[in-house]
Amino acid sequence: MSLSEQQVKEIAYLARLSIDDGEVEQTTAELNNILGLMADLAKIDTQGVSPMAHPLNMSQRLREDEVSETDQSEAFQKIAPQTGQSHFLVPTVIE
Amino acid sequence: MMHKLTVAELSKGLKNKEFSSVELTEHFLSRINQSDLNAFITVTDDLALDQARAADEKIANGNAGILTGIPYAHKDIFCTTGVKTSAGSKILDPFISPYDATVSHKLNSADMVMLGKANMDELAMGSSNEKSYYGPVKNPWNKNKVPGGSSGGSAAAVAGRLSPFATGTDTGGSIRQPASLCGITGIKPTYGRVSRYGMIAYASSLDQAGPLTQTAEDAALVMNVMAGFDDKDSTSVDRAVPDYTKNLGNSIEGLKIGLPKEFFSEGLDSGVAETIMAAVKEFEAMGASVQEISLPNSAHAIPTYYIVAPCECSSNLSRLDGVRYGYRCEDPKDLEDLYLRSRSEGFGAEVKRRIMIGAYALSAGYYDAYYLKAQKVRHLISEDFKKAFQDVDVIMGPVSPTTAFDLGSFTDSVSMYLADIYTLSLNLAGLPGMSIPAGFSNNMPVGLQLIGNYWSEELLLNAAHQFQAQTDWHAQMPEGV
Repeated sequence: MSLSEQQVKEIAYLARLSIDDGEVEQTTAELNNILGLMADLAKIDTQGVSPMAHPLNMSQRLREDEVSETDQSEAFQKIAPQTGQSHFLVPTVIE
Repeated sequence: MMHKLTVAELSKGLKNKEFSSVELTEHFLSRINQSDLNAFITVTDDLALDQARAADEKIANGNAGILTGIPYAHKDIFCTTGVKTSAGSKILDPFISPYDATVSHKLNSADMVMLGKANMDELAMGSSNEKSYYGPVKNPWNKNKVPGGSSGGSAAAVAGRLSPFATGTDTGGSIRQPASLCGITGIKPTYGRVSRYGMIAYASSLDQAGPLTQTAEDAALVMNVMAGFDDKDSTSVDRAVPDYTKNLGNSIEGLKIGLPKEFFSEGLDSGVAETIMAAVKEFEAMGASVQEISLPNSAHAIPTYYIVAPCECSSNLSRLDGVRYGYRCEDPKDLEDLYLRSRSEGFGAEVKRRIMIGAYALSAGYYDAYYLKAQKVRHLISEDFKKAFQDVDVIMGPVSPTTAFDLGSFTDSVSMYLADIYTLSLNLAGLPGMSIPAGFSNNMPVGLQLIGNYWSEELLLNAAHQFQAQTDWHAQMPEGV
């Protein structure tokens, strides 16, 4: 499996990264080089092997549904690029 | 001379009033400010001196703990209230953390003194510290060589005696490999042993924090503070923390050591191999027995890790979008432009590559072939260890196939990924591992890797301490220190 330049542009967009046209060729080559490493995975026999998502095979710990967080919105908004009226501001989405 | 002392020695010196924490802190700050290693992203002079004064007060009042007043370098991946926490990335360059990581909180509660935030590969992705937005760190043993990564600033700071110890994180070798390349001691604990809360996430099922120190005894002292359950980290494990210093003095007679034959095959530098074998002989002389074992799936750790970690990072790093904190591009014309340009301008090339590999491996149509397949192979790798630990107590081998390489010598990602061959598998399994100084090859330090079963940090530290009682590799210092 090797990626085309068009696929690389699509993946970049999927990850919300932009690639200049001048970089596409090199990025495609680099990603294909990395994916080349993965080719051997297909050859490994994993029939009957369950996937391992957690190193200790533990499940999510649950806790009582109690309030644990205090209101720190001011501290969190102080470090934001742009805020107004207690909101994080972004360019207008709906006119 | 204070900078040459270990944490344990400094602790005694402070208690016996041979020097104050302020004197100690000023001494290290002046060493940092004169250093050209680029080991720090931020030096927190004022904060350090405030903490040192508070520590001196506690010492004077007789309220001091063992680590009160000891300075340290904090990897810039741990959130620290009011101090820039960049994780070595432009995208977090403007980020002043509004809260403390649990590790930061624990070190503060132990009255320790933070000298500054240590340099690192961007968002912990790299094995050479050349991928930092703040420039590469130099290896104190040879300034033309890399210190390793991603905790390269931490390792260089300890090896260059700019700090008595440093914190690090290890997702695929990022504590052990720089410790090895810089000739110091580093431990990556069992997954879930140290809280990940406030530790900027790279790959959440692999990340784990630990100390980088001169000696195993120091690592044990610091582990006593860093380890422990935290309800703020949903993967933290609620399990009692032993006193890691308690069994350091135990004899290791009868210890069963396994040498995985796959760790000594093609690709291992012969000078490194000889150094490792000489260290293993030393353990034999202390009464340990050595047998060959096999970890048949260990070569698969590279493709498995480089699928699992990028998948997790592509998901984790979606939070860095220029909206709530961190870098935002100039004059975004709409929301999409804000996302695209903030991320493209904020992330470096290696981070972008890993995000894209992850986004691809998780995308519809490729998920089964890549991510799901990698998770199954991860299970096989973990089973290899399970089998091995039925016969042996500790697995030993090299940390890195070579000693520190020249700055700029790796031009492509893949050849650098291949150098992670001996460290990745235990992160995939969640096991603890250490690197301890084992000797030199071509005048550069070689680290011996010790891999233990789950929760066997005590045994690893004990074995490392016994080795350090018989050898003086850990006491060697770069010239000019």
